[in-house]
Amino acid sequence: MTEVGTGEGLRAIGRYDTAVPRGAPNTDAEQAPLVEPAVLERVLHVALRRGGDMAEVFAEDRQTSGASFDDRKVEELSSGRERGAGIRVVVGETTGFAHTADLSEAGLLAAAEAAAAVARSGGGGARTVGLPQRSTSPTRGLLAPGDVDKLRKLELLNRADDAARSVGGAITQVQVGYGDSRRRILVASTDGVHVEDDQTRTRLSVQCVATGDTGMQTGYESVARTEGFEVFDRIAVEDLARVAANRALGKLSARPAPSGELPVVLAGGSGGFLFHEACGHGLEADHIVKDASVYVDRVGELVASPLVTLVDDGTVGGEWGNFAFDDEGKPSARNVLIQDGVLTDYLWDWLRARKEGRVSSGNGRRQSYQHLPIVRMTNTFLMAGTENPDELVAQTPRGVYVAKLGGGQVNTATGDFVFGTSEAYLIEEGRITAPLRDANLIGNGPDILGRIDAVADDFGMMPGTCGKDGQSVPVGCGQATLRITGITIGGTAA
Amino acid sequence: MTLAERVISAARGGEEVEAYVARGHDVEVCAYDGDVESLSSATTGGVGVRVLLTGGAEGPRLGFAWAGSLEPEVVDETVRAARDNAAFATPDAHLAFATPDGVDPAALDLWDPTVGEVPTDDKVALALDLERRLRSADRRIRQVPSADYADERVEVALASTTGIRAVSRRTGAYLSAAAIAGEGADSHTGVGFSVARGFGGLDPDRVSIEAVERSTRMLGAVKPTSDRLTVIFDRRVVSTLLGIISAALSGEAVVKGRSFFAGRTGEQVATGSFTLVDDPTDPRAFRASAYDAEGLACRRNLLVESGVLLGFLYDTVSARRAGTASTGSAVRGGYAGAPGVGARAVVLAPGDQSQEAIMSSVGEGLFVQSIIGVHSGVNPVSGDFSVGVEGLMVRDGKLAEPIREATVASTLQRMLLSVVHVGNDLEWLPGVAAGQTVAVGDMQLSGN
Repeated sequence: MTEVGTGEGLRAIGRYDTAVPRGAPNTDAEQAPLVEPAVLERVLHVALRRGGDMAEVFAEDRQTSGASFDDRKVEELSSGRERGAGIRVVVGETTGFAHTADLSEAGLLAAAEAAAAVARSGGGGARTVGLPQRSTSPTRGLLAPGDVDKLRKLELLNRADDAARSVGGAITQVQVGYGDSRRRILVASTDGVHVEDDQTRTRLSVQCVATGDTGMQTGYESVARTEGFEVFDRIAVEDLARVAANRALGKLSARPAPSGELPVVLAGGSGGFLFHEACGHGLEADHIVKDASVYVDRVGELVASPLVTLVDDGTVGGEWGNFAFDDEGKPSARNVLIQDGVLTDYLWDWLRARKEGRVSSGNGRRQSYQHLPIVRMTNTFLMAGTENPDELVAQTPRGVYVAKLGGGQVNTATGDFVFGTSEAYLIEEGRITAPLRDANLIGNGPDILGRIDAVADDFGMMPGTCGKDGQSVPVGCGQATLRITGITIGGTAA
Repeated sequence: MTLAERVISAARGGEEVEAYVARGHDVEVCAYDGDVESLSSATTGGVGVRVLLTGGAEGPRLGFAWAGSLEPEVVDETVRAARDNAAFATPDAHLAFATPDGVDPAALDLWDPTVGEVPTDDKVALALDLERRLRSADRRIRQVPSADYADERVEVALASTTGIRAVSRRTGAYLSAAAIAGEGADSHTGVGFSVARGFGGLDPDRVSIEAVERSTRMLGAVKPTSDRLTVIFDRRVVSTLLGIISAALSGEAVVKGRSFFAGRTGEQVATGSFTLVDDPTDPRAFRASAYDAEGLACRRNLLVESGVLLGFLYDTVSARRAGTASTGSAVRGGYAGAPGVGARAVVLAPGDQSQEAIMSSVGEGLFVQSIIGVHSGVNPVSGDFSVGVEGLMVRDGKLAEPIREATVASTLQRMLLSVVHVGNDLEWLPGVAAGQTVAVGDMQLSGN
């Protein structure tokens, strides 16, 4: 996209329904650190030699593997490895940053010199750096991707392809993608941070094309978890594949979505993107401290319907936006953003929190060692209500029922946001009726949050990939079935 | 090239090896509130290796691996990983690496040495000056959340055991800024940018003027009434839309039954004023390139002429599947990505009207300045199209009141057949397509 800088986008990965797992304890022996403490101390010393308030080393070792099954073939197996470190030096309001793929002491020292160059005019002076004992992430039950035979991964793809095609002859194309990653990070800073985290993620997606008299339609479904391969002990890829295939098939007979304002019922777990876009981005402190959000100066005010209690929580077992430590070494946390409709707090990273004389909320994240950390969401969700989801539909004479969302985008300065449907139906006389073709819905964050008039008890989460300032990170979104009294549907049917 | 050649020398009997080696230098300066918010500099390098096992009776098998390092032991490990991956892939007779096809690469000079020579202090000064200028440009500008300078120098070498040798290098410099205009409780963002091969080609005046114009003219925007009307898309929006169209013109999407253009060659798919070319040999194009991502010469490909669909873009494998030859259209997202099919420099044959003249011809309609929700509302397989818009109504041939919180919708198929004007205001923008004003009739505006 060339329209840069005005919006933040979220891509759907898919939905899953599963209990939170606890695997067998990891019995691996303690591994060697990515960078030895003595080296870190010398590098941090050099980084602050010309002055500065804080220096930090962020080292990362990421291994990925992927496979794509397309057009009935295992088309590509890939694997990748990226190791390196980013070093930042903060002097007053200025950050110097340099990164290197060379984790040797010489490589790190060169990057430290480059990052420190911004501090040359600062007063400062040498500082002795002593790091505390390293904290590591708690052990987690993991079937590490690297320990799983490639044939087992490929078998999943075959099974998904078979299941999708067996749904019907109108399914004309199936693409199954598998990906896993293991990301070890180490953060050490002159603020006394010294932590290491080990993050394993696994995902599988199915995209189907159905072809009929009306042309082609697509259906998509996936699972994405901060877990190892054991996720497939609980989740049958055949189920995902059939959901994707049926979604494509159903839309062959879909009619154009309506144009104009209507009540909308969002199915539980269909995509908490609504909140991610309607207010999540607007509550990120980098927008707040720059007065670039509609939520500036509104803490303590009613910004949503009293039915809305919104939480961002990076600690929920196995969710896609999880981690033990953020990319600044802060433990992940549960942060209540909106309580009963009242704005309680924003999301903070180290830099933005320092400006306001407070501490980070554990939301400093970066795509890789090649990026500076910025304020990001983790798993953002609306707390469940008490109503019966079927009743919400029954009480809606005419409207749109959204079974699955495809992503969204927001302009944080105006609060205007869109989110797109990938499975939706008309509601007529309190019943779900005709399927609708894909469309975006558009609203204004604070306005739409005030229009939520019912929240049900069927909570569900969905993973996504969130893009901001050119950096992509995994996030989770969640909500129970809810109703918006009116929002503009961007279809073509008058 | 030495490293790429060293990698392919590791090829064993019964296999072909291809190595893509990239090295880059980047600088980024972000200015905020009269100060340097951040200054980043970095050198990156990596390798992407493909191994094709050709021994099997049922056809070759392909594996890919990459590493963000150019250290010899890491590179060796990457070759082994690619070979191991290939052993698990499905044999496929269509798989092959590119072989030299006799087309000479265009002589393009995409390297401006000033990017590496200009002192960092000058780059910092440019970003600071832009930020300062923007803050005082208009009394309604109440915030400048970003004013950034960035540049890059990229060198790529590609070699394969099938005879490919391709070396290329390019530079790029970028200046961008966002301004927030406000009056009362009303706030709007406008982004301006300038791109060039070198430091000297950047135009800070233009960045500032665009950011101010695009934010201030939205003040007072209201939600419009739903209507069916002609929509005039701004150049930047058209560049985005042509990028989506070009994805549907990928030969891979076509042969796999994932494009609404499949089977329509020779048909009238757009109005007669619509002639579309992908020409990466045009040095003005942001992604101009002498070689594609498999090392074949990039070439000019005419895709739609006077509304008639002529052909698609192919890399080596998709061309073999379709029974044709590569059009030199392989692309990849750096060393970590395997090649796929993609456009680099899509451009519409310019019409003869300026943006103002098009508004005058249209009379009553909507001018769309920017769109959101492209990835959630535009489906390049089905063609369904629905995006969030902000812009200004066009009344009596002139820009009138600003509007927001609305969508425009149609299908890509219908939009192509409803193009009523193509502007003469061609501009090369970052991304895979040039921009120019385009008016599309019969679109649904959804608001109140």
